[in-house]
Amino acid sequence: MRMNGAQMLCQSLVNEGVEVVFGYPGGAILPLYDVLPQYPQLRHILVRHEQGAAHAADGYARATGKAGICFATSGPGACNLVTGIASAHLDSSPVIAITAQVARHFIGKDAFQEIDITGITVPITKHNYLLTRAEDIANVLKEAFHIATTGRPGPVLIDIPRDVFTDEAAFAYPARVNLAGYCPTVQGHPLQIKKAARLINEAKRPAIIAGRGVIVSEAYEELKELAEKAQVPVITTLLGISCFPENHVLSFNMLGMHGMAYANLAVDAADLIIAIGMRFDDRATARVSGFAPHAQIIHIDIDPAEIGKNLKVSVPIVGDVKNVLRSLNKQIESRTHIDWIQQIEQWRHEHPSTAIRETEELLPQYVIRKIHEVTAGRAIIVTGVGQNQMWSAQHYWYDKPNSLISSGGLGTMGFELPAAIGAKVGLPDDCVWCIAGDGGFQMTVQELATAIQDDIAVKIAILNNGYLGMVRQWQELFYDRRYVATPLSGPDFIKLAEAYGLPALRVRSKAEVIPAIQKAMDHQGPFLIDFVVEPEENVYPMVVPGAAITEIIEAPGEKVEFGSKPRNISNL
Amino acid sequence: MSAIKHTIVALVEDRPGVLNRVASLFRRRGFNIESLAVGHSEIPGFSRMIIVVDGATTAVEQVRKQLDKLIEVIKVTDISEDNIVARELALIKVESSPSTRSEIMQITDIFRASILDVAPDSIVIEVTGDDDKVSSLVELLRGFGIIELARTGRIAMVRGTIGPLRKQGQGQSKRRSGR
Ligand SMILES: Cc1ncc(C[n+]2csc(CCOP(=O)(O)OP(=O)(O)O)c2C)c(N)n1
Ligand SMILES: [Mg+2]
Repeated sequence: MRMNGAQMLCQSLVNEGVEVVFGYPGGAILPLYDVLPQYPQLRHILVRHEQGAAHAADGYARATGKAGICFATSGPGACNLVTGIASAHLDSSPVIAITAQVARHFIGKDAFQEIDITGITVPITKHNYLLTRAEDIANVLKEAFHIATTGRPGPVLIDIPRDVFTDEAAFAYPARVNLAGYCPTVQGHPLQIKKAARLINEAKRPAIIAGRGVIVSEAYEELKELAEKAQVPVITTLLGISCFPENHVLSFNMLGMHGMAYANLAVDAADLIIAIGMRFDDRATARVSGFAPHAQIIHIDIDPAEIGKNLKVSVPIVGDVKNVLRSLNKQIESRTHIDWIQQIEQWRHEHPSTAIRETEELLPQYVIRKIHEVTAGRAIIVTGVGQNQMWSAQHYWYDKPNSLISSGGLGTMGFELPAAIGAKVGLPDDCVWCIAGDGGFQMTVQELATAIQDDIAVKIAILNNGYLGMVRQWQELFYDRRYVATPLSGPDFIKLAEAYGLPALRVRSKAEVIPAIQKAMDHQGPFLIDFVVEPEENVYPMVVPGAAITEIIEAPGEKVEFGSKPRNISNL
Repeated sequence: MSAIKHTIVALVEDRPGVLNRVASLFRRRGFNIESLAVGHSEIPGFSRMIIVVDGATTAVEQVRKQLDKLIEVIKVTDISEDNIVARELALIKVESSPSTRSEIMQITDIFRASILDVAPDSIVIEVTGDDDKVSSLVELLRGFGIIELARTGRIAMVRGTIGPLRKQGQGQSKRRSGR
């Protein structure tokens, strides 16, 4: 069948099962937008800034596990995607960005709105393409989806010159890809798995550190089986949160710079670390020299380049987490490590990292705790970056698989609202809460209009502390409280929400918190709550940069209102 | 990290942008390369890159793995431990006068190098050999005044029928059938 390039692109998306595209039109991409109505299967959501399109596609991808698609025009449109693509890249999220390029005869001439977006995105994509022939569209799209969604997922950008959209050619969508230079190893090496099983069977103080790889691989059951059978405490990275239910007796929450003291202490004391789908990021390990000094390390990851990159490991296993754990679980024996788990419980008792002090004032941690309460832990939480992100990680208890979406690797402020929009579009039946800082929210606030126009019912909680809080915290701790450029006067968020056309509430006291959350949930559409919280509250525990993971600064001791996450180990 | 110079051979698709991807990777990961030589391979549509990396300053295993992650890189091998033949070619333009010309020609002879061009006050010499040989000749000629020097960087391959793509008694592995 003959079609023009724009039609071939749309048909390819339809063939890949795409249902939604986040985008923003412009001159070079007009031929593509012109044919969009011919493909009613493709819902187009107009964002208000291309960064929002990339984040929304990313949020959609993380929430659904499917590729998230965004469109942008040439030049400035493509450039505006960059932050979003980079965020997806660092967190291994399958975003496919389609950008238009100037017509082929203009390329290299500095034509109007010409920019070398494939050149710009080389370091922040898994792969990218500059398409030069309409007849290549089907093959390239097939490859792009394959590359983005398999192995270690990641963003792929396809740049298409305007006149390629209008060229006609025969269209046949290939059934399979033929990529000589790309074939991810999915099955772990049997010998390595055997070695790993032996170490696990012999370990006295084993600990699992699980990352986002478990979520990507949907290896929830396999992880649980490993943990329960060998009785291994499970600690997660930030992006690993919700790969293992936090109400599980073996869950010991997040490690790292703002991790739980007991998780950090457990890693330090362990004689075996089973690292699963994580990459020893410096925010997770703190100072890497001397990390887990008594432990042998088993590292399971689908990306061979992650193995040995930051840390020497004893048993590397390259493969898909689900496959590897399945084989591994067959070879491990039932074990109990009661004393070891008692020990970590003891640390948890002595260092109740998730405790919240009792105050008159409204604490941001309290807000998160109440959102957890009202949503019964069933919400999808999408965070900003900074203190709000860390409190969301610490004080919402994630029992539901894949229920935290956060920009971990790049730490992109402004991610929260558009990513929440994308997540809600992908999971329309779930309750999606966007937890924002007053700073980050203002970076992509324009996407409120997107939520209104397309009726995307995200619930927004701004933790309004009047500061770029995390940076202020560093200034407080390391720069003698010199608050340079961190006090932040926001707009009146209630009036702003009204101007955009969504209902909003301001909450200043503890008593108002639950009713407000309830009201937001009862409302059909998007809803915003401006929580005016204690301005100089800090995130604890904290390991200062360069310190070892055990050098933990804890919250100044005060009367505790809530204890730690409750757990019953009596039935171990 | 060992102090030796590692020779890495990469078979890559012959496409626009591949060199940029490789260069970008080396730059952003802080890999130090001593030389990079690239040209057509025995397979149409594929080029071979020979990259020399200093093992003292760069994690060679990371270089190999990160290169391998590039989609257009088909196969990467570190052949440093293998029994290899390695060569480099250099063109050296040296100042010469009637009084120094014969001495320069003698040195050229000793190194089995050849003279490509003789002008009234300069000579262009071509030398092929391993890096050490080329470097020694360059050092000897420095005294006469080197006007211009161009080196290709090392190219290398494993001796015998075993190659980066072919094991003994095997056909070509992991190779695209053409598109
Ligand atoms: C785009 C971007 N710019 C700057 C930063 C550096 N930064 C990290 S946290 C933070 C403060 C965030 O303030 P806010 O959104 O109000 O959140 P809070 O920490 O107060 O919860 C800043 C500026 C960043 N992460 N992202
Ligand atoms: Mg703030």
